[in-house]
Amino acid sequence: MQLKNTNISLCVALVAAFVLTGCDDKKSKEKAAIINPDPFPSAYQPLPSGATLIKNVTILDGIGGRIEKGAVLIQDGKIASLGQNLVADSETTVVDGQGKWVTPGIIDVHSHLGVYPAPSTSSHSDGNEMTAPVTAQVWAEHSLWPQDPGFGRALAGGVTAMQILPGSANLVGGRGVTVKNLPNRVVQDMKFPGAPYGLKMACGENPKRVYGDKGGPGTRMGNVAGYRQAWADAQEYQRKWDLYYKEFDAGKEPEQPKRDLKLDTLGKALKGEILVHMHCYRADDMGTMLDVMQEFGYKISTFHHAVESYKIADKLASAGVCSAMWADWWGFKMEAYDGIQENIPMVHAAKACAIVHSDSELGIQRLNQEAAKAWANGRRAGLDISQADAWQWLSANPAKSLGIFEQTGSLESGKNADLVLWSADPFSTYAQAEHVYIDGALVYDRNDPTSWPVSDFELGQPGEGDSK
Amino acid sequence: MKALISLVATSLLCSAVYAQNYAIVGATVHTMGAKGSIENATVLIKDDKIQGVISGEFDRGGYQIIDASGKVVTPGLIGAHTSLGLVEVSSSAGTVDSEVKKVKFSHVGAAVDASYGINPDSSLLNISRIAGVTSAASSVSDTKQLFSGQGAIITLGDKTQAVLKARAFMGVNMSNHGADNIGGSRAVLWVALERAISEAEFAGPKALSPAQEWHGELSKADLKALWPVVNGDIPLIMDVRRAADIRQVIRFKQRHPKLNIVLLEATEAWRVADELVTNDIPVILNPESNLPYAFDQLGATLENAARLDKAGVRVVIGMESHNIRLAKQHAGNAVANGLPWQQGLAALTINPAKIYGIDTLLGSIEEGKQADLVIWSGDPLEVTETAEQVFIQGKLLDMQSRQTKLRDRYLDLNQGRPMSYVRP
Repeated sequence: MQLKNTNISLCVALVAAFVLTGCDDKKSKEKAAIINPDPFPSAYQPLPSGATLIKNVTILDGIGGRIEKGAVLIQDGKIASLGQNLVADSETTVVDGQGKWVTPGIIDVHSHLGVYPAPSTSSHSDGNEMTAPVTAQVWAEHSLWPQDPGFGRALAGGVTAMQILPGSANLVGGRGVTVKNLPNRVVQDMKFPGAPYGLKMACGENPKRVYGDKGGPGTRMGNVAGYRQAWADAQEYQRKWDLYYKEFDAGKEPEQPKRDLKLDTLGKALKGEILVHMHCYRADDMGTMLDVMQEFGYKISTFHHAVESYKIADKLASAGVCSAMWADWWGFKMEAYDGIQENIPMVHAAKACAIVHSDSELGIQRLNQEAAKAWANGRRAGLDISQADAWQWLSANPAKSLGIFEQTGSLESGKNADLVLWSADPFSTYAQAEHVYIDGALVYDRNDPTSWPVSDFELGQPGEGDSK
Repeated sequence: MKALISLVATSLLCSAVYAQNYAIVGATVHTMGAKGSIENATVLIKDDKIQGVISGEFDRGGYQIIDASGKVVTPGLIGAHTSLGLVEVSSSAGTVDSEVKKVKFSHVGAAVDASYGINPDSSLLNISRIAGVTSAASSVSDTKQLFSGQGAIITLGDKTQAVLKARAFMGVNMSNHGADNIGGSRAVLWVALERAISEAEFAGPKALSPAQEWHGELSKADLKALWPVVNGDIPLIMDVRRAADIRQVIRFKQRHPKLNIVLLEATEAWRVADELVTNDIPVILNPESNLPYAFDQLGATLENAARLDKAGVRVVIGMESHNIRLAKQHAGNAVANGLPWQQGLAALTINPAKIYGIDTLLGSIEEGKQADLVIWSGDPLEVTETAEQVFIQGKLLDMQSRQTKLRDRYLDLNQGRPMSYVRP
């Protein structure tokens, strides 16, 4: 009896002690504040697909390989195998591509589809948050209108994925987003699962022209001071959070730093979790940024437009920075005045990463032709690059630039079956994409007009369902 | 290619005093004229003009022989709608002669005259001509008034006198942009156009002197500029895009039958093709413009050129300045989307020559015409093929531009000295 009473009072005492302890140490039992790194997760679902065998085709695998009279087998949305004389079972759809070509799907690292959509009304003009020079806090996906008819046009041109970026008015324009070219009702439906974010930055004429009369920057030197201060501010913000976690782990009760969306994003870019994509034309502007990169210990993934990369291709190769370029745009600004038609092959020949991009809702429809022009101009200048190698500019290098090369960008076993069946050699004005596959599903078939995607905007309008 | 380069060197030495005669031998020649396309033909150039296109043997005396076996020869390409010679760098780079502010002496923009602003030294001319563009229609892009002024036909081959024909055409924008400039609405824009044309018709051919009274709304300078338009001597290039606006233009032409009208852009022209044929209205278009950029371009399609041509409309392609050299790619894309190949080439050569009334001089390789022609590496509409040698006004061009020089300077980055010391 006495023992039982003792036990009960012990229990009571223990419980009381426990409760009292709980009240005193409640704060230290809280978790440290974590910033959700993925508040807008991808809801992408591939279209259903069965096994497909495409045979009797010339294949460019996207990493320098070429197979004549080849075949590619797609299973469960992935490339199962490439080669000659592949065999399919009775469940497999067989496509006989006599005389045709297969390549990886084209990836455009520089597009404003959805954020500057058609129709280009002022109410749709959502690509540049022109309210301050540094707006790292905005995310392009929040401006992206999935009903832009331009996505369907790009699909017909063999584009299976792209990076949608803010414009180049700002020093730091905000986060870009990598998407599969399969728009649906909300933007999350097309977000590329597992793709890192991009951060758009811009050097040269645009930011200083936009902000020159609005308190600056008004000069190139003002631009550079702007980036450097932004990075320095991000470093200070990082220190605050690092200290917060350190103190938290040490059992102290640190005050949570005030969350700053702009510095969140900049900090992640410094750490390499977000890839930096910088609009930059002139050789000297790029040269400056290579040093800013060193100063703050981050990496520029890719210079965009990079009209003068041919002048510093060796430096770009050493620094491991990609150049996303046009085949032949020039002259619309002073910083584009020295554009030449051999830019892309000269960068490639110097062993720097070369990419063909569009920055155009029209150009995106024919990136294969842009690569063809660059390839041919390179050959005429004595740069003997094979077509198989040149296709890297359209798929593998863009995929690497966007951090998605493990999943796509080449025809390799196990990777996403993102590919295009072309009516002819795609290095030609006359070649057209006949079939486009994303994750193994046939998402575009030129020969079946009733299957073509029609955006909401085009329903009930002149030309609905027409060949575009 | 190297053979052609040494020929260039030789001819540059020779051409100082006498006009050089050339025989371009062994190519597939697309004359764009009565003789059509001929394989293994010879083009004879004499005294800066086309002497003829022949097959078989001929007396080679007096001609410098250019071996073009395996190549393709076409007339020089004509830039159908450009601001060549009027612009160097478009943005934030000083005076741009293709951009005009409103002026008092012109009430409707008709008196603006682009021919005064043409600069033959513009880098755009060299860059375009070595790519096969040998002449062009050039005009101011926007006057912020009703008409975009009088444009000029220019040659890309003459550094002292580029203008072949001044005051050669008139432009007017009757699409959204035009409405934005004039009263904010087509309800005002079209009334303004009708009034201007009617007034010019009323004023007649004789230019008004300062002493004469005039109570109309147009300035005397505008009236003088508009007479050739209302008399049908020069074409009126009208930017319209949607079917409804194109039909307005057709009715406008029916009200003023003397007018020589050409549509520009004409995004939805395919929907009105038969009426355009009946009313003899040709079209300058961008075959790659296939997006609903605005509510007046909803029916845009890559098949526009093919559908128009099939109905019998004369189609012209080539609407850029800095990259007018890409017109051949645009024509190739029209061909990829249904336009017959010969019509694709015609859209760049004889068709622009005809709409501007310069086809007695240019646009085809026929006896008596100016010797503007191009030796291509292969099919000119194929993006991988290029102009290997260009002739303008019978002269063999030095195939260099500042872009080829930049390329040559930077091809080898290991120079051991600053790049400014490297002479390409």
